[in-house]
Amino acid sequence: MYKLLKQIVRTGIVTEAPPEPDAALRAVSQRLKAHMLATLGRALTIRHVDAGSCNGCELEIHALNNPYYSLEALGIRFVASPRHADLLLVTGPVSRHMETALVRTYDATPGPKLVVAVGDCGCTGGIFGESYASAGRVSNVIPVDVEVPGCPPTPTALMQGILTALSVGAKATSARRPR
Amino acid sequence: MEIAGLTLAEVPGAVPAWRGTLAPTALVSTCVAMRERGGRLAALWGADDRDRAAGLTLHALFIVERALLWLNVPLPAADPTVADLSAIFPCADRMQRAVFDLTGIRHDGGDQRPWLRHAAWPADAFPLRHAGLAGLTPRNGIDDYPFVHVAGDGVHEIAVGPVHAGIIEPGHFRFSVVGEKVLRLEERLGYTHKGVDRLFRGMDFKDGSRLAGRISGDSTVAYAWAYAMAAESLGGYELQPRPLVLRALLLERERIANHLGDLGYLGNDGGFAFGLAQFSRLREDVLRLNQRCFGHRLLMDLIVPGGVARDLAPEMVRPLLDQCDALEREVQVLRAIYDDHAGLQDRFLTCGFLTPQLASRLGVIGLAGRASDQPCDARVAPSHEPYDRLEVRIATRRQGDVAARVAVRFDEIFESLRLVRTLVEDLPRGPSHITLPWPNGEQVGLGWVEGWRGETLVAIEARDGVIRRCHAHDPSWQNWPALEHAIMGNIVPDFPLINKSFNLSYSGQDL
Repeated sequence: MYKLLKQIVRTGIVTEAPPEPDAALRAVSQRLKAHMLATLGRALTIRHVDAGSCNGCELEIHALNNPYYSLEALGIRFVASPRHADLLLVTGPVSRHMETALVRTYDATPGPKLVVAVGDCGCTGGIFGESYASAGRVSNVIPVDVEVPGCPPTPTALMQGILTALSVGAKATSARRPR
Repeated sequence: MEIAGLTLAEVPGAVPAWRGTLAPTALVSTCVAMRERGGRLAALWGADDRDRAAGLTLHALFIVERALLWLNVPLPAADPTVADLSAIFPCADRMQRAVFDLTGIRHDGGDQRPWLRHAAWPADAFPLRHAGLAGLTPRNGIDDYPFVHVAGDGVHEIAVGPVHAGIIEPGHFRFSVVGEKVLRLEERLGYTHKGVDRLFRGMDFKDGSRLAGRISGDSTVAYAWAYAMAAESLGGYELQPRPLVLRALLLERERIANHLGDLGYLGNDGGFAFGLAQFSRLREDVLRLNQRCFGHRLLMDLIVPGGVARDLAPEMVRPLLDQCDALEREVQVLRAIYDDHAGLQDRFLTCGFLTPQLASRLGVIGLAGRASDQPCDARVAPSHEPYDRLEVRIATRRQGDVAARVAVRFDEIFESLRLVRTLVEDLPRGPSHITLPWPNGEQVGLGWVEGWRGETLVAIEARDGVIRRCHAHDPSWQNWPALEHAIMGNIVPDFPLINKSFNLSYSGQDL
């Protein structure tokens, strides 16, 4: 126990400030009303769906929970079921074999809901494009609010995408860490 | 290499490899002979060769006596049927089914259920044939896969996936349980099938490199290197020492980053969130230095045919060495904490047991194999530059449980840190990249690299400077079936821990 406590104290708090929302990431104009966003913004829950990615994006989504980014400290956390989720974080391309599962997950998510498409493949189909095996970009299958490009996007870019989905305008409701 | 009744030609390139043509009737006897000589089946794939006045071809790749043996089995297009190999090499089972799904080459016997094909294309259409899926519209929907049913008093099924509870890739697990105890697990994969083999066709070598680096994102360096090695082998090119040393540096840093991430999640799945916080912090430190040194956190698109796309600046040598020291210090502290933590060890020890005998029978490779006393490591044999002069120490354990797979990861981090230091301290001078002229005519090439998960293979057949057929093989093919065995008799709540201790790729095997 002594070693453990010593390591915690020695490490200290390494968490950094979150990025500001960026309206340029929007695929469509904000569909949710400000009061809904205000409620979601204080305790947003995310269901991640890998709809066929190479797992590169997943590695960076994992990183959101490391102590540097500490997404959970903003009140935003990942949940185990779409039934508990406010936002779907979808990586792609959407493989034909995942198309039905993705639609069902979207349908199972209660409204009001947000969708963030992640990565070049999620935004455009990327190198995999559309083929016998790939349905391409996420918005080919379900409605998308915000797109975060990158191969894979950095954790900061992902955070910015999530915060953008939650903002009314360009920089109207930036997230603040609780003091 | 000599095999009775076979004419073999050496495949030029970085790894010792031989290639020959085998009559379909001799396939079984050759496989038996391979097995008796201690050989392993490394990969199985099919090709449609009717564009050069042949039929279909089954490709089988073996590791035997510290070399690769690549056998081509020509088959008539009208009835491409060969014998079932799964009785000799159990790992052949799913590969055979995938070969049928994609090319229509049928294995006479064994499991005949589809593997990579769900509902996207019909059973009588084959994406890798030249006629392919012409005239068919892509489909979605779900199929009715016949899972093996376990009957008995009190047996019930738990169906999990394809959308999982955590941030992981999609796949389906069907557990047959009594109470909390797992009687049987059946995996169903193929959800992330993206048509990679088909996409490779007609690509030039540069585009192929980007695609290879996206077969399994966590192993992007391993795939890019195996691909580049195969592409260089097409022309028989040999690289200068500097790009090879830089490639090994990238590969070892990929190994360190993945092992750090896994150790964190293994702690977390054992109920020890402190471990995740600490190890994910260290992993982030590695990724950030990757960004500074090479311009990409996961090191994508750095290894290209001809060398590496970005050289290491001299002023980055010091930060790399400093990080080795810092990681060594911190991981030692964390290892002591893990080892001393009774609750964590209680979860790790004897959990998810895979005996060395079973691992050998199933052909389990890579990290999971080494934790069950299978000393296979492509950095050691069949080896290639620069590993052949680094005297890599293989980390093995005999216990075959989660604790063993944790211990192998710890050992390998320290060994990789040693390798990084050796590589960086003695960085050869010279260009980091040369432009290779691509030859006309037909060539074949092989690449073979020990990624953090295990042996990663890329085979290329090229014609006039473009890819005719390229197949990439992930070590997860061999190891997924082992997970079905390792979970037996354990309780359902231990599955996430056992699964994480293997940490296999879905995308890499779904292709």
